[in-house]
Amino acid sequence: MPPILRWTLALAVLGIAAGWLLTRPQGFEAAALDGVSADVAHGEQVFLAAGCASCHVAPEAEAEDGAPRVLSGGQRFASPFGTFLAPNISPHPVHGVGGWSDAELVTAIMHGVSPDGAHYYPAFPYAAYGRAEPEDILSLIAYLRTLPESDVPSQPHEVGFPFNIRRGLGLWKRLFVPEGWVVDAARTPEAARGRYLAEALAHCGECHTPRNVLGGLDTDRWLAGGPNPAGEGRIPNITPGGLDWSESDIVAYLTTGFTPEYDTAGGEMVAVIENLSQLPEADRQAIAAYLKAVSPVE
Amino acid sequence: MLNTRLLAAAGGLAAAIAANASLAESHIDPAIEAAVKARQAHMTLYSFNLGLLGGMAKGEIEYDADTASSAASNLARLAGMNQGRYWPEGSSIDDIENTRALTAIWTEGSEVMTHVDTLVKAAATLEGAAGEGLDPLRGALAEVGRACGGCHEDYRQSDD
Repeated sequence: MPPILRWTLALAVLGIAAGWLLTRPQGFEAAALDGVSADVAHGEQVFLAAGCASCHVAPEAEAEDGAPRVLSGGQRFASPFGTFLAPNISPHPVHGVGGWSDAELVTAIMHGVSPDGAHYYPAFPYAAYGRAEPEDILSLIAYLRTLPESDVPSQPHEVGFPFNIRRGLGLWKRLFVPEGWVVDAARTPEAARGRYLAEALAHCGECHTPRNVLGGLDTDRWLAGGPNPAGEGRIPNITPGGLDWSESDIVAYLTTGFTPEYDTAGGEMVAVIENLSQLPEADRQAIAAYLKAVSPVE
Repeated sequence: MLNTRLLAAAGGLAAAIAANASLAESHIDPAIEAAVKARQAHMTLYSFNLGLLGGMAKGEIEYDADTASSAASNLARLAGMNQGRYWPEGSSIDDIENTRALTAIWTEGSEVMTHVDTLVKAAATLEGAAGEGLDPLRGALAEVGRACGGCHEDYRQSDD
């Protein structure tokens, strides 16, 4: 074999090996959960803050007062990369996630990796949930296990080449899943709580922050809004550069859905408010304080 | 020469067609236009009365049982009005400008009337609660907000 060919071959092998390592799904140490306790009632609060039901209930399913939500999946989420279908995450042992261990579920929710080691698409906001406290996620899982089972099978995503190669998401995660918080300063415990809710559980940035061509969040324009990836309309800028509401206006909006002009929320925000309005008022106040601390973007 | 004349004629024809098309576009059936105006005015009346109640709930306006009650009564009357003629077919966002009403309002399986019932009930509860104190007012107002949002979620184009 001529030397040039040998070198090329060696470099190719090295490149493949590097790519393999870079895209490898990151494991999760089950031991990290030792001594972390779960609380079902607290888990319900996490469930509301994290908005799980908004995406995972069946399409058109309406919330009924007091009735537990059935997380049978099936809602469709269009994007420039294809259409994603929310899976069944009810505790059904076959069609849901009832057979998964706590560690497997924490890995899925916080790291975006399935029990068989595949990357999830970031339509699932694991980048945000990865900032959460493991204790909160364990409580969430304990609550999810109390919900009704659904035997509706999950449907495959409708994603074409090259985005159907899940391994590539390993690289995407390295590029676009930032470590830590986006907003550095959280001067008061209230703003810190608000940051935890907004950046981790409620994953506000997933819709309110514009994305680059590869679907990564443009954190320089954090919460500055942009075109709606699902189609018509725009998602508003909720930084102080785009939203001039007072903190009490924001709290009232997240409680009743009324804007300061007494119009109401529409679209996806209705479900968000449905959830956030059930949290303690102090949490909505904290989100308002956080939004005031975000860097203004015009 | 012939070519130039032909071209000029074709150009004139194209201009005429374009003018016609734009005339057709700007021509809205006055009945539709009036209905859209009426329903938007109705929404304005909701928000005017909600503004007082919401201001009290937020603590921006001092709570007063009588004014709260009368605003809530107005809302209940407004919610109960027959709005059938506000919503003629052909007045959706796909038909005309200046509306965000989605065609789903008129398609089979539309649940608009269910949302109207929800609003009527929530407004009646608010009418009873508004004069009873700030906390009952706040609770009942949130339910009215849910009723409004429930319909706007599916039947109004979202740009907020």
